[in-house]
Amino acid sequence: MAEGRRSAAAVGIGDRIGPRGFELDRARLVRYAGAALDFNSIHWSDQAAERAGLPEVIAHGMLTMALAGRLVTDWAGDPGAVEDFSTRFSGMVPVGVEGPAMVVVEGTVTELLDGGRVVVELTVEAGRSAVLKAARAVVNLAPSSPGI
Amino acid sequence: MPLNRALVGRSYDPGPPFDVSRQKIREFAAAIGDEAPVYADLELARALGHRDIPAPPTFGSVVSLQMGQGPRRDPRLGLDYSRVVHGEQRIEGSRPIYAGDTLVGEVTIASIRNAGGNELLEILCALATEAGEPVCRVTSVLVSRGTAPGSDRG
Repeated sequence: MAEGRRSAAAVGIGDRIGPRGFELDRARLVRYAGAALDFNSIHWSDQAAERAGLPEVIAHGMLTMALAGRLVTDWAGDPGAVEDFSTRFSGMVPVGVEGPAMVVVEGTVTELLDGGRVVVELTVEAGRSAVLKAARAVVNLAPSSPGI
Repeated sequence: MPLNRALVGRSYDPGPPFDVSRQKIREFAAAIGDEAPVYADLELARALGHRDIPAPPTFGSVVSLQMGQGPRRDPRLGLDYSRVVHGEQRIEGSRPIYAGDTLVGEVTIASIRNAGGNELLEILCALATEAGEPVCRVTSVLVSRGTAPGSDRG
Protein backbone atom coordinates (compact mmCIF):
# COMPACT_ATOMS: atom_id res chain seq x y z
CA MET A 1 0.00 0.00 0.00
CA ALA A 2 2.71 2.44 0.98
CA GLU A 3 4.41 1.87 -2.37
CA GLY A 4 1.65 3.83 -4.07
CA ARG A 5 -0.41 3.13 -7.11
CA ARG A 6 0.61 0.21 -9.35
CA SER A 7 2.08 1.22 -12.70
CA ALA A 8 0.03 0.46 -15.80
CA ALA A 9 3.27 -0.22 -17.67
CA ALA A 10 3.75 -3.50 -15.80
CA VAL A 11 0.18 -4.74 -16.36
CA GLY A 12 -0.94 -6.87 -19.30
CA ILE A 13 -4.06 -8.61 -20.53
CA GLY A 14 -4.47 -11.95 -18.80
CA ASP A 15 -2.72 -10.92 -15.59
CA ARG A 16 -4.28 -12.76 -12.64
CA ILE A 17 -5.09 -11.22 -9.28
CA GLY A 18 -5.60 -13.63 -6.40
CA PRO A 19 -7.39 -15.90 -5.77
CA ARG A 20 -7.95 -14.73 -2.23
CA GLY A 21 -10.34 -16.08 0.36
CA PHE A 22 -12.34 -13.93 2.76
CA GLU A 23 -14.11 -15.34 5.82
CA LEU A 24 -17.54 -13.98 6.73
CA ASP A 25 -19.07 -14.70 10.11
CA ARG A 26 -22.12 -13.36 11.93
CA ALA A 27 -20.08 -10.76 13.78
CA ARG A 28 -18.85 -9.41 10.45
CA LEU A 29 -22.42 -9.11 9.16
CA VAL A 30 -23.54 -7.21 12.26
CA ARG A 31 -20.55 -4.92 12.02
CA TYR A 32 -21.22 -4.28 8.32
CA ALA A 33 -24.90 -3.59 8.99
CA GLY A 34 -23.93 -0.90 11.46
CA ALA A 35 -21.24 0.74 9.35
CA ALA A 36 -23.30 0.61 6.12
CA LEU A 37 -26.54 1.62 7.86
CA ASP A 38 -28.24 -1.40 6.29
CA PHE A 39 -30.34 -3.02 8.99
CA ASN A 40 -32.39 -5.44 6.87
CA SER A 41 -33.02 -8.19 9.41
CA ILE A 42 -32.38 -11.07 6.97
CA HIS A 43 -28.69 -10.27 7.54
CA TRP A 44 -28.73 -10.88 11.29
CA SER A 45 -31.91 -12.70 12.36
CA ASP A 46 -32.53 -16.37 11.56
CA GLN A 47 -36.24 -15.84 12.19
CA ALA A 48 -36.37 -12.98 9.68
CA ALA A 49 -34.39 -15.00 7.15
CA GLU A 50 -36.77 -17.93 7.58
CA ARG A 51 -39.82 -15.70 7.09
CA ALA A 52 -38.24 -14.50 3.83
CA GLY A 53 -37.89 -18.09 2.66
CA LEU A 54 -34.13 -18.28 3.19
CA PRO A 55 -32.33 -21.25 4.76
CA GLU A 56 -30.49 -18.96 7.18
CA VAL A 57 -29.00 -15.49 7.51
CA ILE A 58 -27.29 -14.30 4.31
CA ALA A 59 -24.52 -11.76 3.82
CA HIS A 60 -25.31 -8.32 2.42
CA GLY A 61 -24.69 -8.32 -1.33
CA MET A 62 -22.84 -5.05 -0.87
CA LEU A 63 -20.52 -6.68 1.68
CA THR A 64 -19.63 -9.38 -0.85
CA MET A 65 -19.05 -6.68 -3.46
CA ALA A 66 -16.84 -4.80 -0.99
CA LEU A 67 -14.66 -7.92 -0.54
CA ALA A 68 -14.23 -8.09 -4.31
CA GLY A 69 -13.29 -4.42 -4.14
CA ARG A 70 -10.60 -5.16 -1.56
CA LEU A 71 -8.85 -7.52 -3.97
CA VAL A 72 -8.81 -4.74 -6.57
CA THR A 73 -7.80 -1.85 -4.32
CA ASP A 74 -4.99 -3.84 -2.67
CA TRP A 75 -3.70 -4.80 -6.12
CA ALA A 76 -3.99 -1.24 -7.43
CA GLY A 77 -2.31 0.18 -4.32
CA ASP A 78 -4.89 2.93 -3.96
CA PRO A 79 -8.64 2.75 -3.24
CA GLY A 80 -9.06 5.92 -5.30
CA ALA A 81 -7.94 4.05 -8.43
CA VAL A 82 -11.32 2.36 -8.97
CA GLU A 83 -13.37 4.54 -11.32
CA ASP A 84 -16.24 2.25 -12.17
CA PHE A 85 -17.31 -0.86 -10.25
CA SER A 86 -20.35 -2.93 -11.17
CA THR A 87 -21.83 -6.36 -10.59
CA ARG A 88 -24.92 -8.50 -10.72
CA PHE A 89 -25.86 -10.44 -7.60
CA SER A 90 -26.40 -14.02 -8.74
CA GLY A 91 -26.27 -16.05 -5.55
CA MET A 92 -26.54 -15.79 -1.80
CA VAL A 93 -23.83 -16.28 0.82
CA PRO A 94 -25.44 -18.12 3.76
CA VAL A 95 -23.64 -17.40 7.02
CA GLY A 96 -24.37 -19.97 9.71
CA VAL A 97 -23.84 -19.70 13.45
CA GLU A 98 -21.44 -22.63 13.60
CA GLY A 99 -18.63 -21.18 11.50
CA PRO A 100 -17.66 -18.62 8.91
CA ALA A 101 -18.55 -18.75 5.22
CA MET A 102 -15.70 -18.46 2.75
CA VAL A 103 -15.89 -16.08 -0.21
CA VAL A 104 -13.21 -16.58 -2.86
CA VAL A 105 -12.37 -13.69 -5.18
CA GLU A 106 -10.18 -13.84 -8.27
CA GLY A 107 -9.51 -11.15 -10.85
CA THR A 108 -8.21 -11.08 -14.41
CA VAL A 109 -7.07 -8.08 -16.42
CA THR A 110 -9.17 -8.25 -19.58
CA GLU A 111 -8.71 -4.89 -21.30
CA LEU A 112 -6.17 -2.09 -21.47
CA LEU A 113 -7.88 1.27 -21.99
CA ASP A 114 -6.42 4.70 -22.67
CA GLY A 115 -4.85 6.86 -19.99
CA GLY A 116 -3.43 3.99 -17.93
CA ARG A 117 -6.84 2.55 -17.19
CA VAL A 118 -7.45 -1.22 -17.19
CA VAL A 119 -10.49 -3.46 -16.87
CA VAL A 120 -10.45 -6.15 -14.19
CA GLU A 121 -13.11 -8.86 -14.35
CA LEU A 122 -13.79 -10.71 -11.13
CA THR A 123 -15.13 -14.11 -10.21
CA VAL A 124 -16.63 -14.30 -6.74
CA GLU A 125 -17.67 -17.68 -5.35
CA ALA A 126 -19.04 -19.10 -2.13
CA GLY A 127 -19.46 -22.85 -1.74
CA ARG A 128 -18.14 -23.22 -5.30
CA SER A 129 -21.03 -21.34 -6.86
CA ALA A 130 -20.87 -17.83 -8.28
CA VAL A 131 -22.40 -15.21 -5.97
CA LEU A 132 -21.46 -12.24 -8.14
CA LYS A 133 -21.68 -12.26 -11.93
CA ALA A 134 -20.30 -9.80 -14.46
CA ALA A 135 -18.30 -8.19 -11.66
CA ARG A 136 -16.08 -5.62 -13.34
CA ALA A 137 -13.87 -2.77 -12.24
CA VAL A 138 -12.28 -0.03 -14.32
CA VAL A 139 -9.04 0.81 -12.54
CA ASN A 140 -7.00 3.92 -13.25
CA LEU A 141 -3.34 2.99 -12.79
CA ALA A 142 -1.98 6.36 -13.84
CA PRO A 143 -0.67 8.38 -10.91
CA SER A 144 -3.13 11.02 -9.81
CA SER A 145 -1.88 14.57 -9.48
CA PRO A 146 -1.74 15.97 -5.95
CA GLY A 147 -4.36 18.45 -4.96
CA ILE A 148 -7.14 17.44 -7.35
CA MET B 1 -49.26 -6.31 -8.03
CA PRO B 2 -46.94 -4.94 -10.71
CA LEU B 3 -44.93 -1.85 -9.83
CA ASN B 4 -46.42 1.48 -10.91
CA ARG B 5 -44.54 2.36 -14.07
CA ALA B 6 -46.04 5.85 -14.19
CA LEU B 7 -43.35 6.71 -11.62
CA VAL B 8 -40.43 6.03 -14.01
CA GLY B 9 -38.47 9.25 -14.36
CA ARG B 10 -39.77 10.64 -11.08
CA SER B 11 -37.29 12.31 -8.74
CA TYR B 12 -37.40 11.92 -4.95
CA ASP B 13 -36.31 13.97 -1.98
CA PRO B 14 -32.90 12.55 -0.95
CA GLY B 15 -33.22 13.84 2.61
CA PRO B 16 -30.45 15.74 4.38
CA PRO B 17 -26.87 16.00 3.04
CA PHE B 18 -24.50 13.19 4.05
CA ASP B 19 -21.45 14.42 5.93
CA VAL B 20 -18.51 12.09 5.30
CA SER B 21 -16.10 12.06 8.23
CA ARG B 22 -12.68 10.44 8.55
CA GLN B 23 -14.15 8.44 11.41
CA LYS B 24 -16.98 7.12 9.19
CA ILE B 25 -14.55 6.05 6.48
CA ARG B 26 -12.33 4.26 9.04
CA GLU B 27 -15.42 2.58 10.49
CA PHE B 28 -16.61 1.41 7.06
CA ALA B 29 -13.15 0.17 6.02
CA ALA B 30 -12.87 -1.77 9.28
CA ALA B 31 -16.34 -3.24 8.73
CA ILE B 32 -15.28 -4.71 5.38
CA GLY B 33 -12.06 -5.93 6.99
CA ASP B 34 -9.89 -3.58 4.94
CA GLU B 35 -6.73 -2.76 6.89
CA ALA B 36 -5.08 -0.64 4.19
CA PRO B 37 -3.25 2.15 6.04
CA VAL B 38 -4.53 4.88 3.70
CA TYR B 39 -7.89 4.88 5.52
CA ALA B 40 -6.20 6.09 8.71
CA ASP B 41 -3.13 7.98 7.47
CA LEU B 42 -3.75 11.44 6.03
CA GLU B 43 -0.12 11.92 5.01
CA LEU B 44 -0.20 8.67 3.04
CA ALA B 45 -3.48 9.68 1.40
CA ARG B 46 -1.92 12.99 0.34
CA ALA B 47 1.18 11.21 -0.93
CA LEU B 48 -1.13 9.19 -3.19
CA GLY B 49 -2.53 12.44 -4.59
CA HIS B 50 -5.72 12.65 -2.53
CA ARG B 51 -7.06 15.78 -0.90
CA ASP B 52 -8.14 13.82 2.19
CA ILE B 53 -8.82 10.24 3.31
CA PRO B 54 -10.53 8.39 0.42
CA ALA B 55 -13.42 5.99 0.98
CA PRO B 56 -13.50 2.40 -0.32
CA PRO B 57 -15.12 2.18 -3.78
CA THR B 58 -18.43 0.76 -2.55
CA PHE B 59 -18.98 3.52 0.03
CA GLY B 60 -21.10 5.46 -2.47
CA SER B 61 -23.71 2.73 -2.07
CA VAL B 62 -23.94 3.47 1.65
CA VAL B 63 -24.81 7.07 0.87
CA SER B 64 -27.21 6.11 -1.92
CA LEU B 65 -29.07 3.69 0.36
CA GLN B 66 -29.72 6.53 2.80
CA MET B 67 -30.78 8.95 0.09
CA GLY B 68 -32.76 6.39 -1.90
CA GLN B 69 -35.41 5.61 0.71
CA GLY B 70 -37.99 7.78 -1.10
CA PRO B 71 -38.76 5.39 -3.94
CA ARG B 72 -38.34 2.32 -1.73
CA ARG B 73 -41.03 3.62 0.64
CA ASP B 74 -43.35 5.33 -1.87
CA PRO B 75 -46.74 3.61 -1.42
CA ARG B 76 -47.71 4.59 -4.97
CA LEU B 77 -44.84 2.45 -6.33
CA GLY B 78 -46.13 -0.66 -4.56
CA LEU B 79 -42.78 -2.23 -3.72
CA ASP B 80 -43.23 -5.14 -1.30
CA TYR B 81 -39.90 -5.42 0.51
CA SER B 82 -40.51 -9.05 1.47
CA ARG B 83 -40.23 -9.84 -2.27
CA VAL B 84 -37.13 -7.74 -2.89
CA VAL B 85 -33.59 -8.93 -3.46
CA HIS B 86 -30.63 -6.86 -4.60
CA GLY B 87 -30.09 -7.48 -8.32
CA GLU B 88 -27.31 -5.26 -9.57
CA GLN B 89 -25.08 -2.42 -8.38
CA ARG B 90 -22.83 0.03 -10.12
CA ILE B 91 -20.72 2.89 -8.74
CA GLU B 92 -19.24 5.22 -11.37
CA GLY B 93 -16.94 7.76 -9.80
CA SER B 94 -15.96 11.12 -11.16
CA ARG B 95 -13.61 11.06 -8.19
CA PRO B 96 -13.35 9.15 -4.90
CA ILE B 97 -15.54 10.14 -1.98
CA TYR B 98 -13.33 11.99 0.51
CA ALA B 99 -13.54 12.69 4.21
CA GLY B 100 -14.84 16.23 4.54
CA ASP B 101 -17.32 15.87 1.68
CA THR B 102 -20.85 17.02 2.33
CA LEU B 103 -22.78 15.07 -0.28
CA VAL B 104 -26.12 15.89 -1.81
CA GLY B 105 -28.03 13.56 -4.12
CA GLU B 106 -30.47 13.46 -6.99
CA VAL B 107 -32.59 10.33 -6.68
CA THR B 108 -34.60 9.07 -9.66
CA ILE B 109 -36.47 5.95 -10.69
CA ALA B 110 -34.52 5.32 -13.90
CA SER B 111 -36.46 2.32 -15.21
CA ILE B 112 -38.78 -0.56 -14.41
CA ARG B 113 -38.56 -3.59 -16.68
CA ASN B 114 -39.58 -7.22 -16.78
CA ALA B 115 -37.20 -10.12 -16.30
CA GLY B 116 -39.19 -13.32 -16.56
CA GLY B 117 -41.83 -13.16 -13.86
CA ASN B 118 -39.87 -10.56 -11.94
CA GLU B 119 -39.56 -6.81 -12.28
CA LEU B 120 -36.29 -4.92 -12.13
CA LEU B 121 -36.49 -1.51 -10.45
CA GLU B 122 -33.54 0.72 -11.30
CA ILE B 123 -32.85 3.57 -8.87
CA LEU B 124 -30.22 6.15 -9.80
CA CYS B 125 -28.55 8.32 -7.16
CA ALA B 126 -26.24 11.01 -8.51
CA LEU B 127 -23.98 12.33 -5.74
CA ALA B 128 -22.27 15.70 -5.76
CA THR B 129 -20.81 18.07 -3.22
CA GLU B 130 -22.91 20.93 -1.92
CA ALA B 131 -20.78 23.18 -4.14
CA GLY B 132 -21.95 21.22 -7.19
CA GLU B 133 -18.85 19.13 -7.89
CA PRO B 134 -19.93 15.74 -9.32
CA VAL B 135 -18.66 12.82 -7.21
CA CYS B 136 -20.30 9.58 -8.35
CA ARG B 137 -23.37 7.96 -9.85
CA VAL B 138 -24.76 4.98 -7.97
CA THR B 139 -27.16 2.67 -9.79
CA SER B 140 -29.08 0.10 -7.75
CA VAL B 141 -31.29 -2.52 -9.36
CA LEU B 142 -33.79 -4.18 -7.03
CA VAL B 143 -35.52 -7.39 -8.08
CA SER B 144 -39.22 -7.45 -7.23
CA ARG B 145 -39.88 -11.17 -7.32
CA GLY B 146 -42.98 -12.43 -9.08
CA THR B 147 -44.65 -9.08 -9.72
CA ALA B 148 -44.25 -8.76 -13.50
CA PRO B 149 -47.55 -8.02 -15.25
CA GLY B 150 -49.26 -11.30 -16.10
CA SER B 151 -47.06 -13.28 -13.72
CA ASP B 152 -48.88 -15.87 -11.58
CA ARG B 153 -47.72 -14.23 -8.37
CA GLY B 154 -48.17 -10.68 -9.64
